[in-house]
Amino acid sequence: MAKKVVSTGSTTAKTGSTTVQAGFDYAPAPESRAIVDIKSSYGLFINGEFVDSTGGNSFKTISPSTEEVLAEIAEANDADVDAAVRAARRAYTRVWSKMSGAERGKYLYRIARIIQERAREFAVLESIDNGKPIKESRDVDVPTVAAHFFYYAGWADKLEFSGFGPDPKPLGVAGQIIPWNFPLLMLAWKIAPALACGNTVVLKPAETTPLTALLFAEVCQQADLPPGVVNIVTGAGPTGQAIVSHPDVDKVAFTGSTDVGRAIAKAIAGTEKKVTLELGGKAANIVFEDSPVDQAVEGIVNGIFFNQGHVCCAGSRLLVQESVADEVLERLKRRMATLRVGDPLDKNTDIGAINSAEQLAKIRELSEIGELEGAERWSPPCELPAHGFWFPPTIFTGVTAAHRIAREEIFGPVLSVITFRTPAEAVEKANNTPFGLSAGIWTEKGSRILWMASRLRAGVVWANTFNRFDPTSPFGGYKESGYGREGGRHGLEAYLR
Amino acid sequence: MNSGLSSLADATSSDAALRRFLHGLPGVDQVGAEQRAAGLGTRSIKTSAKEYAIDLAIRMVDLTTLEGMDTPGKVRALSAKAMRPDPADQTCPHTAAVCVYPDMVGFARETLGSSGVNIAAVATAFPSGRAALDIKLADVQDAVEAGADEIDMVIDRGAFLSGRYLEVFEEIVAVRAACGDAHLKVIFETGELQTYDNVRRVSWLAMMAGAHFIKTSTGKVQPAATLPVTLVMLEAVRDYRDVTGQMVGVKPAGGIRTSKDAIKYLVMVNEVAGPDWLSPDWFRFGASTLLNDLLMQRTKMKTGRYSGPDYFTLD
Repeated sequence: MAKKVVSTGSTTAKTGSTTVQAGFDYAPAPESRAIVDIKSSYGLFINGEFVDSTGGNSFKTISPSTEEVLAEIAEANDADVDAAVRAARRAYTRVWSKMSGAERGKYLYRIARIIQERAREFAVLESIDNGKPIKESRDVDVPTVAAHFFYYAGWADKLEFSGFGPDPKPLGVAGQIIPWNFPLLMLAWKIAPALACGNTVVLKPAETTPLTALLFAEVCQQADLPPGVVNIVTGAGPTGQAIVSHPDVDKVAFTGSTDVGRAIAKAIAGTEKKVTLELGGKAANIVFEDSPVDQAVEGIVNGIFFNQGHVCCAGSRLLVQESVADEVLERLKRRMATLRVGDPLDKNTDIGAINSAEQLAKIRELSEIGELEGAERWSPPCELPAHGFWFPPTIFTGVTAAHRIAREEIFGPVLSVITFRTPAEAVEKANNTPFGLSAGIWTEKGSRILWMASRLRAGVVWANTFNRFDPTSPFGGYKESGYGREGGRHGLEAYLR
Repeated sequence: MNSGLSSLADATSSDAALRRFLHGLPGVDQVGAEQRAAGLGTRSIKTSAKEYAIDLAIRMVDLTTLEGMDTPGKVRALSAKAMRPDPADQTCPHTAAVCVYPDMVGFARETLGSSGVNIAAVATAFPSGRAALDIKLADVQDAVEAGADEIDMVIDRGAFLSGRYLEVFEEIVAVRAACGDAHLKVIFETGELQTYDNVRRVSWLAMMAGAHFIKTSTGKVQPAATLPVTLVMLEAVRDYRDVTGQMVGVKPAGGIRTSKDAIKYLVMVNEVAGPDWLSPDWFRFGASTLLNDLLMQRTKMKTGRYSGPDYFTLD
């Protein structure tokens, strides 16, 4: 394939147009911050009110794109968690478990509507605190959050028809611990089904991204949700441990790293607590030679660069059929050169900031290991801002299954490219990982999609698309990617007995 | 490059070879293509970028009148507007061309002279394309003799949909020969071809037959131009250049009425085909009402105020 550009000749002369100017440089298009009102400090949300932590400790949350300190956040200690669990228990016994499903549904519908009304506020706040581009928080995170509340609001008065027995009951108090990659969306995944089923919750947002959860607490007040039904305690690992080990917590729901998930499973072993874990992944995005190639390239980009690759189901391993590998990579590189990295609040930003210095260090370390192990690293030319935490979109070619970058979750915008020859080999390689959260298949051949999907050991298999989320669809993993399902009718099971 | 061209020559050596080639092109996933087009549509083009885009869009307009009721007076007025879209502002660029029926070319030429605004004529039994080949070619010759710089032909959609690809190919080759020095735009009427796979195949077919431009629609069939259809065509011209080294232009036509829409197309040109296509030589808008919206936005950018529609000429 020749790259030389030859004009077809006389066209330019014919229109007689003057020569073209500098080019189409998109001017800055920042979303205004004026809509959010970030307070200088935040307390804990217990029993319907914001209260100080009894220990008086606090931590700072910063904007990962500027390193600017956004607010001081109260750190919940054991006593605070205990107060939150007691509030949740009281609300459960006195109010929430006695309320009819239809009434609970009304509250959830109200919350969903308020989130829609305040969508821009949530989106801007999420992008500031998390670093993700506004186009994603605005077009993906917040609309999906509202959709989750609407969806589970609809289940609240229909639980006896959900297929989990004639008269399913709530579990009680749910302790929920969520990660920093989709702060508000993970909150919705946890809180919406729990409340719909009649449970009350104590939720801990991640320490680097507490702000939208605290804004959600305000929404609970605005919706007149009975005090104690939702409690939000901020803090780091020890706060999470206090929730997990609290004797009056009936159910633990966790989304995060496999290491922490393993620790939680150990901590609750031998107790009556039920648990769902949604952990890491190293998903294979499998591109066959008969794929719709332009859409496959979009799917690869969306699979690994969506949300800076901070996605547990990210398509971080590209398995591409050897016969088209060169062509697909050439197209992928050309496409990557158009990705715009920078200010998360700019409406044209495709890739925002890495969420924390710690995560950036981990991405850098694994990328360096990739190079040391002999894989070839490539990023498009792109200028990164001077402040904040940034990593360019990166692909590694020449990766083999023995490389650490092909096995470990990087949780960043880093793609490992591996080739295969036959469908059977693609299945083998895709399944050859301790994880099993998601997979993608790209082919125009419907029968192959079905053949592959039945053999892939992954909780979600996308065909000719990737990273599509819908509240009606269950989500969860095989093997070290966790257990239990969230979303859809299946998601109710985790909160019913 | 030569190997690319010669393999394409093989592809058009017989009906069977052409069918194999076109059906061997990668498929287009409808959901994915529409998602990509919608995603590009969310780009936010403001201030200096918007000024640039609006002036570029004006320079890309093929100002069009294709009505049974067209008269010399209407065409003269349209031509005057094409030369000087905003009489109040001498810095406003002229449009790329006017687009008229062949019998109106002479009247357009009287007004346009050597102003730099091209004259495009629709031909080959526009808009249906249902006529014998010699009649289509005579239609083209008429327009060329009357002074048309560009010929907008329609393909035989019936032949394409029934799989007679070589027939469509040979007709384009014949029309291109009849064009002489005039540039050839090939209209697919994508609203009738319907699938994106068809759009990709017909794009390659027309490019291999020598089209200078590939164009979505006549404007007489709904849907006319859409963002996803144009996306698929932009991918085709990009890929064709990779193989042959030759650039082919793209013209969405019909249904593009607002500056906002036009800017979405320009974003798509920029990010899919690449900045080389950001020129009236390689991208056009077939439109009639779009121009006035561009002028209103242009005036607003310069003055900070919106003017009413009466401050812009009807044609």
